[in-house]
Amino acid sequence: MNDSTRSATQAVPGQVTVEGQAKPVQATIQSQAKPVIKVAKRPSHTRSRVLMMVYIVFVMLPIYWLLNMSFQTNSEILGELTFWPQDFTLENYANIFSDANWYMGYVNSITYVLMNMLISIMVALPAAYAFSRYQFIGDKHLFFWLLTNLMAPPAVFLLPYFQLYYTVGLFDTHIAVALAHCLFNIPLAVWILEGFMSSVPKEIDETAFIDGYSFPKFFVKIFIPMIRSGIGVTLFFLFMFSWVELLLARTLTSTNAQPIASVMTRTSTASGIDWGTLAAAGVLTILPGIVVVYFVRNHIAKGFALGRT
Amino acid sequence: MNNKVRNNKAWWLILPMLLLVAFSAIIPLMTVVNYSVQDVFDAQTRYFTGTEWFVQMLNDPTLQSALGRQFAFSLTILAIEVPLGIGIALLMPKKGWQASAILILVTLPLLIPWNVVGSIWQIFTRGDIGLMGWSLRELGYSYNITRSPLDAWITIVIMDVWHWTPLIALLCYSGLRAIPEAYYQAARIDRASRWAIFRYIQLPKLTNVLVIGILLRFMHSFMIYAEPFVLTGGGPGSSTTFLSQALAIMATAQFDVGPSAAFSLIYFLIILLVSWVFYTAIMNMQKDKKDGGA
Amino acid sequence: MSWMVWTLPTAIFFATIATLLAGMTAWEVVSPSVERKGFLPIATTRGDRLFIGLLSAAYLHLVVVGFTPLSIWLALGVSVLWMLVLMRWG
Repeated sequence: MNDSTRSATQAVPGQVTVEGQAKPVQATIQSQAKPVIKVAKRPSHTRSRVLMMVYIVFVMLPIYWLLNMSFQTNSEILGELTFWPQDFTLENYANIFSDANWYMGYVNSITYVLMNMLISIMVALPAAYAFSRYQFIGDKHLFFWLLTNLMAPPAVFLLPYFQLYYTVGLFDTHIAVALAHCLFNIPLAVWILEGFMSSVPKEIDETAFIDGYSFPKFFVKIFIPMIRSGIGVTLFFLFMFSWVELLLARTLTSTNAQPIASVMTRTSTASGIDWGTLAAAGVLTILPGIVVVYFVRNHIAKGFALGRT
Repeated sequence: MNNKVRNNKAWWLILPMLLLVAFSAIIPLMTVVNYSVQDVFDAQTRYFTGTEWFVQMLNDPTLQSALGRQFAFSLTILAIEVPLGIGIALLMPKKGWQASAILILVTLPLLIPWNVVGSIWQIFTRGDIGLMGWSLRELGYSYNITRSPLDAWITIVIMDVWHWTPLIALLCYSGLRAIPEAYYQAARIDRASRWAIFRYIQLPKLTNVLVIGILLRFMHSFMIYAEPFVLTGGGPGSSTTFLSQALAIMATAQFDVGPSAAFSLIYFLIILLVSWVFYTAIMNMQKDKKDGGA
Repeated sequence: MSWMVWTLPTAIFFATIATLLAGMTAWEVVSPSVERKGFLPIATTRGDRLFIGLLSAAYLHLVVVGFTPLSIWLALGVSVLWMLVLMRWG
């Protein structure tokens, strides 16, 4: 649709990266090859820019549409289709921020997500260390069992979870959701961290122990700083899967710890759906994700050998 | 990495994790098994039914068709998302502010709560207020996901591609970043074609992350619930009712604890088999690589 | 505990699994298992064979119960035999 216009505007940034690309070459052996690459690469590079832009447009269009609607009044949404807000309004956002039921949904969601991240990473760190450094009875089977939990569909566990948390008196608390999300988040954390830890040479542990470090001191002072980016990537995935999950969070809460995802169902009432507020609430659920991915962007790019190369 | 120390004291490091996961996994699983052999009204009023629910579920046509639909769906999205994800990863710039910006934009769909993903696409595809639905109608195609099963099906596939291709792209992108620049230079000196570079340098490095990506995607596509629930409600008819939803309808709406537990177990066994095959394949691949390298 | 609605057969089932796991652990402590190649297409340890046996037994039970008029006890008998064969020659 708008490929042709895109390609024209993107030509300039495209060249910038061609130059940036050639830079690492100098660090290594054959720098004579440099001119050849530049000439050979340029045409295909413009094409890949265009393809990338097409994909980005595909990704952004639905999100743009949500954003667009969140700044419109309901009468504008339901009237003639408009590509951008004609009658720009912040009313939908004002609705959310002035109603405790609404904004507490966000607070609740963020609370249990943070609790879950903390619990998961605390227990996953030593476990992943054990898996990456030691052989012990049942290690492979235990690891596989962990992975199967990653795959257990929450729908299977809904009813027993409800019963379990109700019985232990945790129903409708943040910690209940945080613990329930441990089902898939702890295995995930162990899996990712194990990959990172395995890429740290064993000699480092041994040297530290010879230097008289106790295990806890070594672990906190030396080892954890070494796998910082691994922990960053892990936290990103923990956040992601806990933030996006709905089924368990909705089942285990009623009013006190209700997640935003289930507060959003309030927008559909007998008199129809309140599209503007729904869109605004949707936009607000995207924001925490952007913040998190911004913080870990460099760690992700560093590459994680999830599967232990 | 073969020089792992044999030390059963490592169990102490595992223990906290084990207790937590067991609390969340084993107790509920045991309960599901117990449900599956009984007709439960409440904790006191219940009747032992033996294998009855299993017989009923295995022969239930709605569930069989949900299962078939599920496999068709999972294979379709894998066939689209994996090549597309690799492609995106190859296209993503490696340096500069653009790399960060594109990384964030590409990752965005992964971080949206699943029901919001459903809402976004529900809004986007509506004929009256949605850009996509409206455009298709303007173009003369009578697009309607609440009437046409084909439209609903295609829309859900597009939604899933939109939602999850980033995961494959992200994994592949980080896999590609792990390839030393020297490899590419050697290839350039040999005047290797773009395809040869991909086939002999990039793809081998990607195998590991790809297997993980495929495994994760397969499993998550099996759990897909919130998005189609919001977008199509499983309809029109039951044309987009996938396994999880069929299960959730049975467990929550009809409150048939016994049959849905039996069904859960069958579902779980399918997942278990598939993941075991994948896991064994990954392990053997890594072992072969190690043996070959040594 | 009452919410878990235990029944005798399921209790026996889980007790058996737990005993098997405990037994396998004890066996492993006494004499560690060596990976070997039997009639299965992949090299396996004792634990792997146990898992393969249990999983295939579960599927066998489902098939027998769901699609044949045969008794579940027959499936159980065959499974036990299959398990022994697998542990010895798998």
